[in-house]
Amino acid sequence: MNDSRNLIEQESVLEQKHEETVTGSVVSHEDVPVFRTKDLSVFYGDFRAVRDVNVYIKAREITAFIGPSGCGKSTVLRCFDRMNDLIPTARVEGTVEYHGVNLYDREVDAVEVRRRVGMVFQKPNPFPKSIYDNLAFGPRLNGIKKKADLDVIVESSLKRAALWDEVKDRLKASAMGLSGGQQQRLCIARCIAVEPDVILMDEPCSALDPIATARIEDLMQEIKRDFTIIIVTHNMQQAARVSDQTAFFTTEVNPESDRRTGVLVEFDKTQKMFSNPSDSRTEAYVTGRFG
Amino acid sequence: MRRLFIAAGLTTLLVTVLIVYTLVKDAVSFFIDVPKYELWTIGWFPRRGFFDIKTLVVGSLMVTGVAMLIAVPLGLGVAVYLSEFARPRVRRVLKPIVEVLAGIPSVVLGYFAISFINPNIVTVLAPGANKAFNIAAAGVAVGILTIPIIASVAEDALRAVPLSLREASYGLGARRVATTFRVVLPASISGVVAALILGISRAVGETMVVAIAAGAVGGGLFSTDPFQPGQTMTAAMAALGFGSDQVAGDGLAFQSLFFIGFLLFVLTFLLNLLGDRLVRRVREEY
Repeated sequence: MNDSRNLIEQESVLEQKHEETVTGSVVSHEDVPVFRTKDLSVFYGDFRAVRDVNVYIKAREITAFIGPSGCGKSTVLRCFDRMNDLIPTARVEGTVEYHGVNLYDREVDAVEVRRRVGMVFQKPNPFPKSIYDNLAFGPRLNGIKKKADLDVIVESSLKRAALWDEVKDRLKASAMGLSGGQQQRLCIARCIAVEPDVILMDEPCSALDPIATARIEDLMQEIKRDFTIIIVTHNMQQAARVSDQTAFFTTEVNPESDRRTGVLVEFDKTQKMFSNPSDSRTEAYVTGRFG
Repeated sequence: MRRLFIAAGLTTLLVTVLIVYTLVKDAVSFFIDVPKYELWTIGWFPRRGFFDIKTLVVGSLMVTGVAMLIAVPLGLGVAVYLSEFARPRVRRVLKPIVEVLAGIPSVVLGYFAISFINPNIVTVLAPGANKAFNIAAAGVAVGILTIPIIASVAEDALRAVPLSLREASYGLGARRVATTFRVVLPASISGVVAALILGISRAVGETMVVAIAAGAVGGGLFSTDPFQPGQTMTAAMAALGFGSDQVAGDGLAFQSLFFIGFLLFVLTFLLNLLGDRLVRRVREEY
């Protein structure tokens, strides 16, 4: 009871702010950032994993986070759908604004955030259910029960994820029987099925072969018309190929604790980042001199 | 070293074979010797030649039924709470407590049943119940004994579900309850069913609590009333073994013990088989 009421209130908070920013401002829709972080730091217990991140994510663009291991790029990504909440010791300082609402405000419900901001993980993680039930999982959570409605959503989501032709004859078969690349596209389709605003991708191709990777990259270009995408990748070429903006993170040794903290080095248009970066560390990384 | 392990393995095998052999041998000789009409009479009085099997089977099923009414919701509840809801600190305290419950000797719980459960719970809820001994009180106590088994096996099964599946669920905007019931439980169903089967086997096999609290000493009349004294398979076997005049050679009474033992064995075996079937049907493999 309580839950559902909060959810409705929450819906209206996020909705209202969204409309204010979209309709009430002079700037064009494209210039309004979907996300804007201000001095974002994430801690695990006492350990500061990443500090002072300032980025803005534009609608219907692909933003890539690159950098060496441990630089905090995944940690930052997981702030955008409050996935870090699942780790009991994780704590956030600074703000993450989503259409002007700070996601870490007390009145914001993480569950409601995740219904608008979907996530695709490093390792494909389909539910051990049928392909159909994987796709219908999100819509069912949102209260859609009629089979006819679910059928439509399942089919259209699979089509948008370029998986329909491969699975249309075996929707009742277990999703675990698909290949790795198919499983990852299924996870993207599952995400699309709840019509999110943003899709976060945490190294979505790192477990896939080059052909499957290429298909996912094509798919990203396809769906970026409808969704804002943020992708974390180890693969610089991938960032260069698919993204419009790139954020480069690296690690810094903390003088007092000797532990490494992630920092945002540079954030700019991808083309500039890879051809003419302002920071020498970015240049060293993108030209393959370290990392 | 290798031979030592082989020897250990073979010893267990040998012991099992010996047990089954003894069981089957005397069970068969009982079944051949006993006049068949004595297997279906007014009750279980082995020394008088009344070997009414249904008295014992119904008694055992009633005890198990009552025990499961207590242990399934509580055991699964504890398992779900510990694995999905409890903060790590709460879990660190609560889990050992549940495990201590498993360490309570069943004889203690037998007396707990007659001194506390029956007067304070059973006879209060069911005023017509026998004031001293009855099946229901014994069943509640057996249920308490079964909680930690169900809780700990089911919790292991729930925790074995990979984090990635939970993340997938949360990532789609599922709340904790939805994640638990739609993702974690279905994915761990084989382990959860195994926990229930283990619990049932434990309850069917429990002897001491029933021997103390269910109230039939040497024998019992056939009854389907859980609020009256009754006899179970296990308690009947124990009663034949202790307390009374010579067991061996007392007509067929001694052999009847093995016959019941064999029935018990078959019953648990069938339960395990059934559980296996069930699991295979609904299992989600991850």
